[in-house]
Amino acid sequence: MFRPRVIPCLLLHNGGLVKTKNFADPRYLGDPINAVKIFNDAEADELIFLDIDASKNGQTIDPEIVKGISDEAFMPFAVGGGINHVDDIRKMIDAGAEKVIINSAFYANPSLVEQGAAIFGSQAITLSIDAQWNEVTSSYNLYSKGASVKHDVSLEGQVMRAQEFGAGEIMINAIHKDGTRMGYDAELIDRVSKISSVPIIACGGANSSDDFAEGHKAGASALAAGSMFVFVGRKSAVMINYPELEDLNEVFNG
Amino acid sequence: MIAIINYNMGNLRSVEKAFKRIDEPCIVTNDHETISNADRILLPGVGHFKNGMAELEKSGLIPLIKGLAFERKKPFLGICLGMQLLSNFSEEGSTKGLSFIDSETKKFPDLGHLKVPHIGWNTLDQNITHPLFDGISTDKQFYFVHSYYVESTNSDNVLTETEYGIRFTSSMVRENIIGVQFHPEKSHSQGLRLLKNFASFNV
Repeated sequence: MFRPRVIPCLLLHNGGLVKTKNFADPRYLGDPINAVKIFNDAEADELIFLDIDASKNGQTIDPEIVKGISDEAFMPFAVGGGINHVDDIRKMIDAGAEKVIINSAFYANPSLVEQGAAIFGSQAITLSIDAQWNEVTSSYNLYSKGASVKHDVSLEGQVMRAQEFGAGEIMINAIHKDGTRMGYDAELIDRVSKISSVPIIACGGANSSDDFAEGHKAGASALAAGSMFVFVGRKSAVMINYPELEDLNEVFNG
Repeated sequence: MIAIINYNMGNLRSVEKAFKRIDEPCIVTNDHETISNADRILLPGVGHFKNGMAELEKSGLIPLIKGLAFERKKPFLGICLGMQLLSNFSEEGSTKGLSFIDSETKKFPDLGHLKVPHIGWNTLDQNITHPLFDGISTDKQFYFVHSYYVESTNSDNVLTETEYGIRFTSSMVRENIIGVQFHPEKSHSQGLRLLKNFASFNV
């Protein structure tokens, strides 16, 4: 029986693991490799690592950190942050990552996705979209480089283009939900899923297993979350955690 | 020693470190002599079928690995693209494969609400009892990521089947030659167990 994936989405900032709120105020959590070990012991479905500074600083996520992750992760993982060239993709895959996540570069150079898919297969290329709900226009605005650059591109247009250029998967981040633990933006997931033939990874706002079921119902093939896998309790004490397999089976198939 | 064939088609490091974790000596190599002297052969691979065949041909390794698989009967494992390359033909790039096991590689049809590629954890329905699955209960989930699937022509070769909209051959066997569509090196403890089983498997 096929089961949707549940993916801890982990953020890197100055080499440390952090968690943001609405893409801002990174709070230091600890050592990323230590987190990988814990998620590996818990047999997590998959991991995503994003370097939130790389793109702004004109660098990529550090391949040495990617190697370190690979040494401890006997599960698939994807990495993103400043992936601009085919060589960047190769470096990450050689370091042991299954997938790279491309976001900012796609706006200026969509052929990067096409080239990457041709060489490494579309399954190795995830196109990520950072979207923020705009009350005034009742539409989603797209941003990149850690929500610092706004793009005059429609959500639907970006999703169609991602598929045209051969992305194997689309990750959709709701900026307004990031770190809030108020549930996924089901409307956003639904809009994207309706026009996508490739799997959707939803990210932003998850607080419980019920949210995973909701996100899946809205059309996501994979459910990513940050806060709920790194914090526990009302005071948000830092503690890496991951649900039991039986619980996940029940959430989706029970 | 297990030779992991290096033909420039990805995920070599993952397979290597998985064998290291279970203390099975292995080497990532494209050296003819090293491969020839290995006890077991592993053909990994991620990416486009046509590129995979082109890279294999370029490496000049095809006659060697054919000889090792069929004449010297060395245990041989293809993973993901490495399994698909064992088939006769792939719809991906309309390319001929190695024809090690009678089968074809086909594109997933439109599956409606199920998205393609098939990415994620799925179970296996076992057709044949085989030492590769010793100690592994098939309700365990394995990690898949693929847009094309293998259809075995001869049902005797089907080790396991998996369902994703359609039923496809998720692992197959012909004597000493095995192919698995999923990634044991990325499937946690049950995947490592499968690799351990391969490391001690003999026909």
